[in-house]
Amino acid sequence: MNQGIEVVGLYVRDQDEALAFYVEKLGFKVHTDVRNGDYRWLTVQHPEQPSFQLGLFVPGPPVLDAATAQTLRAAVAKGAMPPLVMVVDDCRAACDQMRERGVEFTQEPVDRYGTVDAGFRDPSGNGWKLIQARRPH
Amino acid sequence: MSDGPASQDPALLRRLLRAKDRMDAASHEAWPVRRLARVSGVSEAHFARSFKQAFGVPPHRYLLTRRIERATALLRDTDQPITEIAFQTGWESLGTFGRTFRDITGESPGAIRERARGAAQELGRVPACIVSAAHRPDLTTAVSEKRRQVADGINGSEQKEIR
Repeated sequence: MNQGIEVVGLYVRDQDEALAFYVEKLGFKVHTDVRNGDYRWLTVQHPEQPSFQLGLFVPGPPVLDAATAQTLRAAVAKGAMPPLVMVVDDCRAACDQMRERGVEFTQEPVDRYGTVDAGFRDPSGNGWKLIQARRPH
Repeated sequence: MSDGPASQDPALLRRLLRAKDRMDAASHEAWPVRRLARVSGVSEAHFARSFKQAFGVPPHRYLLTRRIERATALLRDTDQPITEIAFQTGWESLGTFGRTFRDITGESPGAIRERARGAAQELGRVPACIVSAAHRPDLTTAVSEKRRQVADGINGSEQKEIR
């Protein structure tokens, strides 16, 4: 693939905490972790999706002023950011494994006409849906 | 402390979100303020005020919207009798369910069932859990206030919710 989406960023409240969550609890890998003064460009990848990076960014200086950063931190903590969706082969197995690692589930797996979905949040408040697609016949 | 929406501590907001998530996950259960406050790790008085400031509605009213949302989904997606749906979504009597449902949505459960089935086809490509949230009733006034407005035939006046 030469063209397409390479990085989509999330706002998190603490990059160390987010890194530990996405790597240790969800099994992502670190792609880039570079600092420049207070600024830290941090991206992780799903192990089966090497062309896509999920950025874990803290809203704050030098990119944003303090008031804007506070507004964004509040929005994240209230769960007001857009939904994230991860596709898995087996939703219940993935939930069991993640729960053992301490992931906070907001919705138990539910069957909906052949698909199964569950919900969890990262420590900052970003909400994920975990979806097992309908099996092809 | 200022009452601006951005003035709340994000750490508190994250704990309030946990209480909201718990209501989302089990809206059929009873959620007295004491139980919610415990989930968030704050005092009861602090909880009710902080929740409303954070999410724009008092916790009890938020719970009602979730119950109506779930009932609407069950009316749309299942053939279960309306009585069964009322008890499953947390109401203790069919009368209260029907009345609250009409007060919030403006329609009876039976009418919603017919209409939702007709409209359901177009949303097949959106994840079902997200469709459900998009159909969440927008309960910006208290149920008691809605009733009063209907009874008086007037709109838009502000009235404090008692709960």
